[in-house]
Amino acid sequence: MEKLFMKGNEAIAEAAVRAGCRFFAGYPITPQNEIPEYLSRRLPEVGGAFVQAESEISAINMVYGSAATGTLAMTSSSGPGISLKSEGISSLAGAQLPAVIVNVMRDGPGTGAIQAAQADYLQATRASGHGGFRMIVFAPASVQEAVDLTVKAFECAARDSNPSLVLLDGCIGAMMEPVILPPLKKTERLRYAGAGAKCLNPSGKDVMVVTSTLVRPDFQEVLNKQAAEMYDRWGREDVMAEEYQMEDAEYVVAAYGTSARTAKTAIRELRNEGVRVGLIRPITLYPFPSGAFARLDPHKVKFIMNTEMSIPAQMIDDVRLAVSNRIRVETCCCSGGIMMTNEDVSEALKNLLSQCKEGVE
Amino acid sequence: MMAAGYKRPESLQKRITGYCPGCMHGQVNKLIAELLDEFGLREKTIGVLPIGCGTLSMMNFNFDLVIATHGRAPAVATGVKRSAPDRFVFTYQGDGDLAAIGLSEIMHCANRGENVTVIFVNNSIYGMTGGQLAPTTLVGQKSTTTVQGRNPKEVGYPMKMCELISQLQAPRYVVRRALDSVPNVIQAKQALKKAFQNQLDGKGFSFVELLSNCPTNWGLSQSESLEWMRANTMKYFPIGDFRNEEAAL
Ligand SMILES: Cc1ncc(C[n+]2csc(CCOP(=O)(O)OP(=O)(O)O)c2C)c(N)n1
Repeated sequence: MEKLFMKGNEAIAEAAVRAGCRFFAGYPITPQNEIPEYLSRRLPEVGGAFVQAESEISAINMVYGSAATGTLAMTSSSGPGISLKSEGISSLAGAQLPAVIVNVMRDGPGTGAIQAAQADYLQATRASGHGGFRMIVFAPASVQEAVDLTVKAFECAARDSNPSLVLLDGCIGAMMEPVILPPLKKTERLRYAGAGAKCLNPSGKDVMVVTSTLVRPDFQEVLNKQAAEMYDRWGREDVMAEEYQMEDAEYVVAAYGTSARTAKTAIRELRNEGVRVGLIRPITLYPFPSGAFARLDPHKVKFIMNTEMSIPAQMIDDVRLAVSNRIRVETCCCSGGIMMTNEDVSEALKNLLSQCKEGVE
Repeated sequence: MMAAGYKRPESLQKRITGYCPGCMHGQVNKLIAELLDEFGLREKTIGVLPIGCGTLSMMNFNFDLVIATHGRAPAVATGVKRSAPDRFVFTYQGDGDLAAIGLSEIMHCANRGENVTVIFVNNSIYGMTGGQLAPTTLVGQKSTTTVQGRNPKEVGYPMKMCELISQLQAPRYVVRRALDSVPNVIQAKQALKKAFQNQLDGKGFSFVELLSNCPTNWGLSQSESLEWMRANTMKYFPIGDFRNEEAAL
């Protein structure tokens, strides 16, 4: 298979096309501009459509319209734009429409700093819009993984008739790495989407009604229960995590995306010094790989160091829930644009190690 | 020759509408349904409905529908039409939906010249939420958030959407009609017909504004509300063609 050297954002765009994406609408924002730029050229080549929308609000609603016709559609943005899309993302979930949303994270809150960060963990995993819906959230740590997870995001969105989110920091979007791309999938417009709305179609006839506007609370409850079952199923079947050097680990780093790569370098260095440290890297942030943390033996593992490009830490809530106070959880954080180095991570780990030795709690 | 009896259009469901007595939304539903039947478009159509009283049309229309969030119907219609150019696509929007929260979406959909038809039902008030000030509420007209009547010093003047949209180059057909009388309803239907034909001919964006009433929130009977339209609404919002592609080119 052909190996290409590609930038993360462009690789995601090409992976989307190969996964069957035939519609993209977006609004310019750093650090994800290569995605719309690439797709503006690429989509027409495969019979797809690209629209540069007048706002992120409009873009997500174009995606909603496209998805309603049974087309695989995508939009991408960064924090400020994802906030604007949130009403539309909620509507996609409410109307049971598939779509992929890519968030190439910068720092926040507000307009924030445009440099790479991991500032949107809570927004991505807790509430990317109102109404209590969930999305599967994929967090790649390399360009190859960004490609693979983008394909998976489309598969899950289509399987579940629900939006899914690819959440990466600006580093993965901007860096170039060798990648192997999947073959171009044959696309066909299968059906009109919006499965839930269809079963509640007021006419009960041959027409399709795509809507998240449910006039009756009993209809809403039916759909909410179905959604709850789906979220449970994700927890059983779709969780992804990488465990690195965990067999004998006494100290554990919890990190995703670029932070996990930095942490791995630090772990290799510390391993050379004989320190038994390992890494748990959530690949799906929702559903969260709680099992990987819950399985840790509190008699063996002295602490978990949650490592994130966000101040304060955000993923730490999920780590704490998973270990339910049985293991001490500490943090190593940096803010947007200020890249964490392997030295930062090993220094933080060494500080915690020395505290352990001194018996400081 | 067989006598042509009036039949319920197939594009309408056999159901009493949820609209208030005297409201003209039901009339607009009927005009659309009749035209879709006449064009043979029922199975090709995707109607994009708004949030507002227009949402209730979901229960009346008998063809594929996509319900948008408040104001976003022109963006949703763009996504529908770009991904399914073989479908006939219209939006149906109230004045709060189109001229307030969705002003950006309508202007840019028009400016891109999307090959869709926009049906704008202007009743000068927020009907669904109970009669608040709309961008189209007339000067002096009372609403629940301007109980003394619209004061232009505080909230500006009613927005004339046909006039605004006809400043753009791409739209092919921009007209205003009224639903106050039988002759005007017939005119309205002809305008809709032209707008539909434009889309079928691939001509681009068409916009039909229909001046309407809201007896419930205006606090008037149906006949009083139609009188009020003639005396007020239709004076400020003149009926006419603001862009008619034959005339413009
Ligand atoms: C984002 C959002 N804001 C507000 C509302 C509440 N809302 C529902 S309908 C409506 C006004 C509709 O008025 P208009 O567009 O004039 O249509 P009408 O009901 O008069 O036909 C509003 C504000 C909403 N559903 N969504």
